[in-house]
Amino acid sequence: MKIVVCIKQVPERDARLRIDAGGASIVETDVATEINESDQYALEAGLRLAETEGMGGEVVVACLGSDRAEEAIRRALAMGASRAIHLSDPAFQGGDAAATGRALAAAIEPEKPDLVLTGLQSDDAGWAQTGVIVAARLGWPSATLIMEIEPPKDGRIKVKRELESGWFQWVTLPLPAVLTIQSGINTVRYATLKGIMGAKKKGVRKLAPADVGVDGGQIGKAGRKVEVTRLYVPEKAKGAELIEGDAAGAAATLVDKLQKEAKVL
Amino acid sequence: MAGAVWAVTEVGANGLKGVSNEVVACGQKLAATLGKPLEAIVIGAGARAAAEKAAGKDVAAVRLIDEPALDPYTPDAFTATLRQAILAEGPELVLFPHTYQVRDWVPRLAAELDAGFVSDVIEHRVEDGRAVFVRQPYQGKLNADCVFASGGPHLASLQSGAYLASDAADGQAPAAIVDQAVDLSGVEIRTQVLDTFQEVKDKVDLSRAEVIVAVGRGIGKQEKIGIVEELAKALGGQLAASRPVCDNEWLPMDRQIGSSGQTVAPRLYVAVGISGAIQHLVGMKNSGTIVAINKDANAPIFAISDYGIVGDLFEIVPALTEKVKEAKGAA
Repeated sequence: MKIVVCIKQVPERDARLRIDAGGASIVETDVATEINESDQYALEAGLRLAETEGMGGEVVVACLGSDRAEEAIRRALAMGASRAIHLSDPAFQGGDAAATGRALAAAIEPEKPDLVLTGLQSDDAGWAQTGVIVAARLGWPSATLIMEIEPPKDGRIKVKRELESGWFQWVTLPLPAVLTIQSGINTVRYATLKGIMGAKKKGVRKLAPADVGVDGGQIGKAGRKVEVTRLYVPEKAKGAELIEGDAAGAAATLVDKLQKEAKVL
Repeated sequence: MAGAVWAVTEVGANGLKGVSNEVVACGQKLAATLGKPLEAIVIGAGARAAAEKAAGKDVAAVRLIDEPALDPYTPDAFTATLRQAILAEGPELVLFPHTYQVRDWVPRLAAELDAGFVSDVIEHRVEDGRAVFVRQPYQGKLNADCVFASGGPHLASLQSGAYLASDAADGQAPAAIVDQAVDLSGVEIRTQVLDTFQEVKDKVDLSRAEVIVAVGRGIGKQEKIGIVEELAKALGGQLAASRPVCDNEWLPMDRQIGSSGQTVAPRLYVAVGISGAIQHLVGMKNSGTIVAINKDANAPIFAISDYGIVGDLFEIVPALTEKVKEAKGAA
């Protein structure tokens, strides 16, 4: 069984973000990065499925991002993926979910996987669209917010979807299919030293638009249907009254305010 | 109607979902500013009662798509349904609630229509006759102004709670309900739904709690949760958590606040080590008084809090527990 896992490199959760001179994107060159959280869970889910006995599985990583994203790719390879395709050409970058989904689908198609996994949304752009758009472009079914996956049987895969307010749903889909994975589906493994060493020798194929057969006008900035015109720090409409002092002092002030101002104690 | 604004509602087991009126409220504002008619869209097998409810709002018409193939929900049937309706009627702007269900099928609809889709919108304005939608990327740390870079139809989904359902104005008379014809006979429905169920049967109902103390990722490890539990006890409140804490199984899922957990509005909500991802905020932002304790002064939780203490929660929480006990003892 061949599984493609789409991963994205994103700024670390606590990273300080700076807006660039153009005012519509962040400065990416010096920001600390990691693999997008739900993509890590997707990768783990893919590896577990591939390692299931009798599955004969292989996990291939797909990543759209700058040359720097190779750090994320190497980490995924260290965790156990066998090789990677990297849509690294600058023409792929700056797209919205429509452009990114189209490029990824075109790069994945010749791989002829049985299953594509990715996180339900990215921690940076957060569109929560790309996985489903990849499915639509491939003409495959999809299911989102997956919390459990059973090994496929008779060409169908059974998965548990998370609905809202504590509700869940079991559904089956015919393969090939795309699943977007919810955080918390499993416990993500750490890369071992052996894995890290081995990852250096694994193949990463860099791709340009011509390699995947997409028109330059349909990908990256040129292909986007939604344009971010301005990125800015939100004005804090309400904003907390910040209480200063050491722990005991601040605690005493807070209790006083909760009693006398807010009247909730 | 060609050029109309559509407010796509969502129908659940108990009829028209509350978020539907949030979409209608936004749609009314946008339609008025843009000078376009607003139509409410109701999709679902046996959804006529929901359509009648939607028709009570101030909308030009309700379009009802009531087909047996729409029950149970599947992305294939819903996508085909609305794609056909959009191609037949030509709306300019189609609004959705940013629910889990919408995330499951509307990106597919956008791809099939080759349409732009701005998801998880928190507010809008109209500049030079075109809508600008604001969303919050980077976990709510930044705002992004978004415009459509291609021709219509344009799709947008609205974050839960961003618009008030109570702002959806009633009409003077019920709006006409139009049966929108679609042909699903050629549509292959590939998803098979086996079972829909609630995971936790005897779950803790946090929605009735007067005081909630919620703990987040900042607690670091399960063994430390005790200090937060002590504070909850001292305040006479319930202990709750953000998603990462439940994902790590440090607390059970039925203690989770947020879009995938419970929605609460207690008199007092204390957020400990919670940065304030949107998924958490939607579950608690209507609380009476909100207190945040976090090491990062830039954490989004402070923006919606009344009081904040920036610092080490492992020092502040035990100190606060002591002061609360003293205050309660004196009262």
